[in-house]
Amino acid sequence: MKKRWYDYLWIASLIYLILGFFNILFAWLGLLCFFIPLLLAIFGGGKGYCNRYCGRGQLFALLGGRVGLSRKKDVPGWMKSKIFRYGFLIFFFAMFFQMLWTTYLVFAGARDLGQAVTLLWTFRLPWHWAYHGTLLHPGVAQFAFGFYSVMLTSTVLGLITMVLFKPRSWCVYCPMGTMTQLICRVKAGKE
Amino acid sequence: MEKTAVKRKKAAVADLCVACGCCVKVCPLQAISIWKGVKARVDESRCVGCGRCARECPASVISLKEVQA
Repeated sequence: MKKRWYDYLWIASLIYLILGFFNILFAWLGLLCFFIPLLLAIFGGGKGYCNRYCGRGQLFALLGGRVGLSRKKDVPGWMKSKIFRYGFLIFFFAMFFQMLWTTYLVFAGARDLGQAVTLLWTFRLPWHWAYHGTLLHPGVAQFAFGFYSVMLTSTVLGLITMVLFKPRSWCVYCPMGTMTQLICRVKAGKE
Repeated sequence: MEKTAVKRKKAAVADLCVACGCCVKVCPLQAISIWKGVKARVDESRCVGCGRCARECPASVISLKEVQA
């Protein structure tokens, strides 16, 4: 099949992760992966983001497929159940809002900037080399550390399920995918 | 000669589809599409039952069903 420009967006996803290792402020770019799918779903683009532009999904497809790092087994039944998918979405959002709250506290001066990336919502990894001080408020960096944590955590989870199950098993429980599908369901139900 | 019913296989998508679109990418006959971002739909007139989508589907919700042709 003919390759299109967006079939190479996995490179952008990879570059994003690398850039965040050197300068945490690049983590702000990750908001694109947040707003583009939502806007597409709201304004009639359906699941166009998942279907075409998701670089992360492409990266998993490549590593699990052509590189051969996946066992290519079926995901367990509970993982594709609605309860788990919506439950994970709610959990992900709760963690996201907690991250926003921490950012708010730093902006308000009630908390110092934490120069660390939290992996899997638990493990604090030192990441101070990626922060070089900024003309902007430390809160801007706090959000970057928090958002990079979200992105790295989802990448690690995705890689684990990629190895255990099919390459793009992350797509089964991806919170953005669940949310955009929910929006599309509501829209389709109204028509 | 007496006509015998020919059985063919077609892809069928279960309700737990996440609409990720992995199946669309691998279908050699463009027989599958994502309906309104909700679910994958198979155009049975095009599907030849090759099973690529079923193998690719991350949620393994596509199966091949026998239909009378």
